[in-house]
Amino acid sequence: MSGTAAARSWRPPPFIANPWLRLAIYGGAALYLALALGTLEVNWARVAEGLVRGWAFVAAFGSPDFTSRSGEIYEGMVESLTMTVVSTVLGVALSLPVGLGAARNLAPLPVYLVCRGIIAISRSFPEIIVAILFVKMFGFGPLAGMVTLAFATIGFMAKLLAEDLEDLDEAQVEAVRAAGASWPQLMVYAVQPQVLPRFIGLSVYRLDINFRESAVIGIVGAGGIGATLNTSFDRYEFGTSAAILLLIIGIVMVAEYSSGIIRKRLQ
Amino acid sequence: MLRMDQSAPMLRIRGLTKTYRSGDKALDNVDLDVPRGQLMALIGPSGAGKSTLIRCVNRLVEPSAGQVAVDGAPVTGLGGGALRAARRRMGMIFQEFALVERLTVMENVLSGRLGYVGFWASWLRRFPQSDIDEAFRLIERAGLGGMHDKRADQLSGGQRQRVGICRALIQNPALLLVDEPTASLDPKTSRQIMRLLVELCTERKLAAIVNIHDVALAQMFVSRIVGLRAGRIVFDGSPDALTTEVLTEIYGEEDWNTNRPADDDEDEPPHPLTPAARLDEAR
Repeated sequence: MSGTAAARSWRPPPFIANPWLRLAIYGGAALYLALALGTLEVNWARVAEGLVRGWAFVAAFGSPDFTSRSGEIYEGMVESLTMTVVSTVLGVALSLPVGLGAARNLAPLPVYLVCRGIIAISRSFPEIIVAILFVKMFGFGPLAGMVTLAFATIGFMAKLLAEDLEDLDEAQVEAVRAAGASWPQLMVYAVQPQVLPRFIGLSVYRLDINFRESAVIGIVGAGGIGATLNTSFDRYEFGTSAAILLLIIGIVMVAEYSSGIIRKRLQ
Repeated sequence: MLRMDQSAPMLRIRGLTKTYRSGDKALDNVDLDVPRGQLMALIGPSGAGKSTLIRCVNRLVEPSAGQVAVDGAPVTGLGGGALRAARRRMGMIFQEFALVERLTVMENVLSGRLGYVGFWASWLRRFPQSDIDEAFRLIERAGLGGMHDKRADQLSGGQRQRVGICRALIQNPALLLVDEPTASLDPKTSRQIMRLLVELCTERKLAAIVNIHDVALAQMFVSRIVGLRAGRIVFDGSPDALTTEVLTEIYGEEDWNTNRPADDDEDEPPHPLTPAARLDEAR
């Protein structure tokens, strides 16, 4: 360190180098926000009315009614849990070949394109849209919901599995190949140990997502606790709605907590 | 087994050329014979084609032209099951060890037998008793006794390379392909690993090609050195014949006889205790 050099100022370089362009972009964004807020029409009388009804709903949480519809709630819950487990197992099993096929380093180009296509279709439609389609195809009930969730699970799991596979440590694969291993042996000795713990962790996470989604798609007639919830709304039985929602929240929290423990154990 | 011609060298390479898709010519018409039981070091600057050469032998890299034969049997032109059977006879040891991190020491060692065992047996880890006996013997011989159920990611660098050596040897290979076995290790461990490798090769009368950066280490342990530069063999002789002129021929201009910091050139002032300097003191 030489003390003679003059102090030189330093600031990090700005994200947009040209000062005029910077001003134009930031200023333009602010102006657009102001104008957009100006176009909102809020009917305050309607809001006041709605607030009262909303409050009745929130107040119902103080006195949830588990008993008067306990039979329906129990049936809905069992149906939802069945849908969740079956669709997760089915979806995860089907996502394995799709995920393998969608990894560019393991699959030939035509297989890759087909599998990426399946993933893209599965992921580009929200569950609720798919559920409406399957309810039209299979009629009301848990079958439509189960197929919907399995379909969504394939896209989710296959995409994440394919990304893991593309990040494989090639050296480990090369070493096992150099010993004269066949393709299936390569999969179980060099690939499976690298991706399995995360895959199991993601499956448990997906189980959790599927339970939550089963409550949502039930509203469009795909069975499960969502259907029970929807009925209670239609009858203005907010006590029962609150009971169902509390149960859903409770189960999701338990699932979240236990899936966290399972994933930590796996590493 | 595949002993077709006892007089043939363990490894015979003729006109081996590899041009990568990027247009880089990694190997240019290489001819090389390695006799039975010979320990050969392959030296040369980074990018000279050393790794490509040994990977063309077991076809992890596909040669563009030329022939490779191991123990008299051609390796080039094989596919599918025949290639896998040929690979069983070539053990490979890697710079970064390339162990399957989440498998145990035993599983990593037994993975060297995958070419001999069917899929279901290997998946269920039902290896023949003789393989398991041999694995235990090798693990103990490599100084890892009692560590067979440890996961590979719990081991130190030197221990990992010992597992890598066991994995290559349990293949019962005719030829060892060794890619920079010590480049990720400290100087002391490097020497221990080289010593173990040389001892095991001598015990089993194995031929080996060892890619190595550390010229001093190579001179200490092998009987023949081949120098590769820009994909061509520019030196082939005994370790004693490796003079400063030859080193310049292989690596380019450099002052080979000094290691002291004061004498070194200005663009790369080394720390007084670089591994090279310490190794020099140790000699």
